Amino acid sequence: MEIDDKEIEKLANLARIKLSSSEKKGLGKDIESILEYVSEIQKVSSPVSDKKPDSSELINVMREDGQPHESGLYTEKILSEVPQREGDYVKVKKIL
Amino acid sequence: MIKIDKLDIKKAHEGLVDGDFSAVDLAKACIKNIEEKDKDINAYLEVYDDVIKQAEYADKKIKNKDNITELTGIPIALKDNILNEGKTVSAASKILENYKATYDATVVKKLKDAGAVFIGRTNMDEFGMGSSTENSAFGVVKNPYDTNRVAGGSSGGPAAAVAISSALGSFGSDTGSSVRLPASFCGLVGLKPTYGAVSRYGLIAFGSSLEQIGPMGKTVGDVEILFNTTSGYDKMDSVSLPEDFYSKHKKKEKLIIGVPTHFMKEGIDEDVLENFNQSVEKLKSLGYEVKEITLPNIKYSLSVYYIVMPAEASANLARFDGVRYGLHKDGDSVIEDYFETRESGFGTEVKRRIVLGTHVLSSGYYDAYYNKANIVRNLIKSDFDNAFRNVDVILTPTSPTPAFKIGEKKDPLSMYLSDIFTVQANLTGMPALSVPSGSVVRDGKELPVGLQIIAPLLRENILFEIGKRFSGENN
Repeated sequence: MEIDDKEIEKLANLARIKLSSSEKKGLGKDIESILEYVSEIQKVSSPVSDKKPDSSELINVMREDGQPHESGLYTEKILSEVPQREGDYVKVKKIL
Repeated sequence: MIKIDKLDIKKAHEGLVDGDFSAVDLAKACIKNIEEKDKDINAYLEVYDDVIKQAEYADKKIKNKDNITELTGIPIALKDNILNEGKTVSAASKILENYKATYDATVVKKLKDAGAVFIGRTNMDEFGMGSSTENSAFGVVKNPYDTNRVAGGSSGGPAAAVAISSALGSFGSDTGSSVRLPASFCGLVGLKPTYGAVSRYGLIAFGSSLEQIGPMGKTVGDVEILFNTTSGYDKMDSVSLPEDFYSKHKKKEKLIIGVPTHFMKEGIDEDVLENFNQSVEKLKSLGYEVKEITLPNIKYSLSVYYIVMPAEASANLARFDGVRYGLHKDGDSVIEDYFETRESGFGTEVKRRIVLGTHVLSSGYYDAYYNKANIVRNLIKSDFDNAFRNVDVILTPTSPTPAFKIGEKKDPLSMYLSDIFTVQANLTGMPALSVPSGSVVRDGKELPVGLQIIAPLLRENILFEIGKRFSGENN
């Protein structure tokens, strides 16, 4: 399967990654050869046909809503890692 | 100065309790080895500035006989993706270069409670993506047995740290080979525990259905101590296994070993295979019965792994957006900020895996790659389940080659092939132990190789039992 510049650009866009044009070329080639290798799994005929795998064993583990800890206990610790803040807010550029 | 290269955790513990030396003596010996050796090796990204203080605290505990454990005062190195509160933890990535952990990983908390002394954080492939540490944003880790060669990856730093006697044990994470491969390249014992046995709370996530935090040490007994100290149920990891899972298993009198010879026909160095066959003979002479087994779908494991792993990586690494923590680069808009931040923050292999993962998950390819991979993953699991009806453990070499040369594997696919014998344990969740099995010679230098022992889920005890007998350790 051919992975051209346009395809790489589309994927990079989906993944929010900017790539230089030389990076694009290299990645396209690498990914092509990796996909060629992993495509061998298409040859496996599985007894369960090509149905989706049984997902019953995977369940989300949820915690009950409640007060996990005293409010504000970790605020400063966590906000001190934020690249841009204003008071107790995380600062980002205008969205709308 | 004490001879720390002659010590393991058990001996050091005896020495500390008997008063032959102090935890401060041990810590100083580690720091001296780092000063003398690590400029050539590059195992450490940071040696903590409070090592002596931690050791003094441990000495006080020992003196007062205050909750002494086998790890009190023992110097330990951490992989740079395990959170240690207040310390920098970067996953060897530019995107987290200045990130300070806001909490302790459960493993770190348990080790602190046990009185261990953390020497520093050690080098790795960026986010754990690699088999050689050549993908670290902060330089490759060189193999202490031959500095022209890699220490293995992705936990190359934790392995080299123990190999140069700058710590008596270390912790890495193993997503596809990352504890076992470097352990085998550096002549150490390394364990990938059962999925869910050791909490991953505080491990920087990469391949969530695959990875476990695992210990490395000089002996099987040491690795057992490190595993016992850090395993156990943790409500902070949703896949953590309840404690009572372990107690169900009965001890068997005579253990049977399975060997999938059909899987070792190609892509393996001749002398590595010979070494493996000798290991099998040795186990036979120790009284184990050896049986030939067939795992029909095992040949697809690497392909399954290189679909599932990048898919999970692309999802996990979406969290690095330059908004909440880590690097931030300014663009023209919020969304441009993401692009700029991730472009400067991530290295090439990380970008490669994110793009690959995005592809296998994207509409139109999802069924052909990701879903199909999960189907084949289940087939591989049932192959192992079937095999374990007749045998108690399965043996393979840990790696098809000894440590390779730095820069030798430029093509990503050739690097991926290093994991040919190790990814199965991650795909199936089974525990696997790499133990040193001798050496092979390359360029006139003796390089260690490892034997991998794989057990059914939760049977780490069998791994330790066989590993100790194989290594000639008492009990």
